[in-house]
Amino acid sequence: MLVFTLKRLGLALLVALAVSMLSFTLLHLSGDPASAIAGEGATDVDIAAIRAYYGFDRPLIVQYADWLFKALRGDFGESYYFQLPVAQLIGDRLSITMTLGICGISFALLTAVPLGVAAAVRPNSLVDRVALFISVMGQAMPSFWFGLVLVVIFSIKFQLLPPSGTKSWENFIMPTVVLGYYAMPAIMRLTRAGMLDVLSADYVRTARAKGAGEMRVMFKHALRNAIIPVVSLSAVQMGFMLGGSIVVESIFALHGAGYLAWESIGRNDLPTVQALILIFSLFYIVFTFLSDLLNAWLDPRMRVG
Amino acid sequence: MKTVLTGASLFALTMLAAATPALAGKSDDTLNIAFTKELENIDGYFNSAREGVIMQRTVWDSLLYRDPETGEYKGNLATDWKWVDDVTIDFTLRQGVKFHNGADFTADDVVYTVNWVADPSHGVKTQRNVNWMKSAEKLGPYKVRLHLKAPFPAAFEYLSGPVPIYPHEYYAKVGPSGMGQNPVGTGPYKVVSVDPGKHFVLEKFDGYFKDSPKGQAKIGHLDIRTIPDINTQAAELFSGGLDWIWQVPADQAESLEAMDQFTVANESTMRIGYLDMDAAGRTGKDNPMTKLKVRQAINYAIDREALVKVMLKGKSKVVNAACFPSQFGCTDDVTKYPYDPEKAKELLAEAGYPDGFSVDFYAYRDREYGEAIMGYLNAVGINTNFKFLQYSALREIRMSQGVPMSFQTWGSYSINDVSAITSEFFKLGSLDTAHDEQIKEWLDVADSSIDPEKRKEYYKKALQKIANEAYWAPLFSYNSNYVFTKDLEFTPTTDAIPRFFQMSWK
Repeated sequence: MLVFTLKRLGLALLVALAVSMLSFTLLHLSGDPASAIAGEGATDVDIAAIRAYYGFDRPLIVQYADWLFKALRGDFGESYYFQLPVAQLIGDRLSITMTLGICGISFALLTAVPLGVAAAVRPNSLVDRVALFISVMGQAMPSFWFGLVLVVIFSIKFQLLPPSGTKSWENFIMPTVVLGYYAMPAIMRLTRAGMLDVLSADYVRTARAKGAGEMRVMFKHALRNAIIPVVSLSAVQMGFMLGGSIVVESIFALHGAGYLAWESIGRNDLPTVQALILIFSLFYIVFTFLSDLLNAWLDPRMRVG
Repeated sequence: MKTVLTGASLFALTMLAAATPALAGKSDDTLNIAFTKELENIDGYFNSAREGVIMQRTVWDSLLYRDPETGEYKGNLATDWKWVDDVTIDFTLRQGVKFHNGADFTADDVVYTVNWVADPSHGVKTQRNVNWMKSAEKLGPYKVRLHLKAPFPAAFEYLSGPVPIYPHEYYAKVGPSGMGQNPVGTGPYKVVSVDPGKHFVLEKFDGYFKDSPKGQAKIGHLDIRTIPDINTQAAELFSGGLDWIWQVPADQAESLEAMDQFTVANESTMRIGYLDMDAAGRTGKDNPMTKLKVRQAINYAIDREALVKVMLKGKSKVVNAACFPSQFGCTDDVTKYPYDPEKAKELLAEAGYPDGFSVDFYAYRDREYGEAIMGYLNAVGINTNFKFLQYSALREIRMSQGVPMSFQTWGSYSINDVSAITSEFFKLGSLDTAHDEQIKEWLDVADSSIDPEKRKEYYKKALQKIANEAYWAPLFSYNSNYVFTKDLEFTPTTDAIPRFFQMSWK
């Protein structure tokens, strides 16, 4: 198991390296960074000076090697835009995105799994239809619109929650609901489908025949198996939430890492984008790895190999 | 994304109409302000954003100050200034001025600042603001001589704006990064805290020198937050979290005005929109844009009055010359092209395109304006292949290979002088799509003469030829909407620099 884990880790690091190399190349091919830094109104001479100042005139491979060796020491360079160390800039913003992501996925799981189970227990019942309606709404409603509706109701009409900022935990309630609701339908439907599948399986029938209580059948026998694909999906959704919470961060002015990534791409702030891509891809890798471990715990058959 | 978000605004604002009125910041003497864009380094030499310009004027002082109403230059950190010759200016500095950190302002600060920013190896981002200066020399504790690289009559315009003076000892120690995080200036407000890109808190500087032409700040604190979404800004305004927002899209400003809970002010900005055409034929000698009649046809094809009335609204105006009307040297006495689609079609036929032609049409901002222009061009037979790019990407293509036609805008960095726009694009540089040597010669004379009348004469010649040859299709000036609490006294200016130090509570 240890060897297997180490092999997986080695592979994960290789994937991270490949991602960094590919993203570095693509970012540098996406437009002249010197021109972007110089902004409107810069002359050719200005741009040439900036190109030399930042070392963009060196071969790409040299620039990449330079970046990689520094990154391995935790030095991601200085943001071209903010003139601040990237590590400092990202550290600050990542904590916001992490908080939001964890709250969002928790909200999604805490609502989706019980709803999915309830819907599967009584298919085509009112509960099932309500669950389906909630899930369709979640999929159909754009986050920016849902966010605005919440702001109008809770911040403007009733003045219960602050519309933007990160001053207190109250600031995170609406963003959590918006982000969580976006991830919730897929988890709910997968839970429902998995439960429906498992509930008709032979071993559940056997458990019932042996006189096991309904709660024990549900949670010990059925849910434990039905939840395996949900774990994998949640890992992917969590990764998505960290990188893709741009709209939510923008609406609620949270200034997290997702929004920073989006804005930094537009600004051609290469050191920031490069570091964020690496960090986000590492998150995906770690979450996938952890979900594999969790699945192996839930289903002993997966431990083989 | 912002366009999509803006689309939901009317819905939100309609619901907001029934909301309770805002609580103002007047009670705790704090003006709560929103910026839409994350401000980069607050060090004015290392940002090129409008928000940076605003902060720079709030926290720092320059040698001179241009009165936005009269256009007159007044002494700010300098009390006296005079040309010694075409490339030398002497300044007498104000005594008794303090920096926010308690240091005294002296000639050493001016000399250090100028010599540091004029050195290209220090990587000042907005090179055009500083690259005309050669060096500064100390003549006495409060006397400085400024050496220019070449005659530069717009010098006072720059010295009254984007050349703030820094405390020499402090800046030598902390550099741009340190200045960005703990700014120190002589300006009417001092910075209390910086959360880069997100939040800035400023406090009235009690030690600000009494006879500053900027006047004394009247509001105790400024709390500036970055809120990217305009709808969220409006929500904050309604819930009392904000007192002042700006750059509000026209439709939203109209809705807010109709609610009568806030003051909505509109003012034009120095930014103009125009069509740039490849008259020099960089994209191919057969390019239709190389033909005068085609360029004239394009000028006639666009209903600029309608664009202003329906889309831009506010104080936007149709622009006929390749400059903003208030700029020194700008003139409206040029060939005009009123909306006349039939004439456009005739000219196209005369140019050899009776059935029109197809062309790649590029834009980088205000997609909706680009699409409207596209509609007018299509109506006279010019089929446009619309390409919407990031600014830096479009700029790179324009510089390296050129594009046949693009919708461009230019704000002149609020420099109230034609050299900041016409000379920028018609002096054979890589963004000059006309390549007219005659125009360059005239602009050279105007840019380097210190006789104002001569400057005006030569700028006029250049602008008239640009219009006659229809090198550009100048379209309109932009405007900005400001929405703020009724407790606040504020009048916007055409240079689009809100002066917080001149705002007051009613």
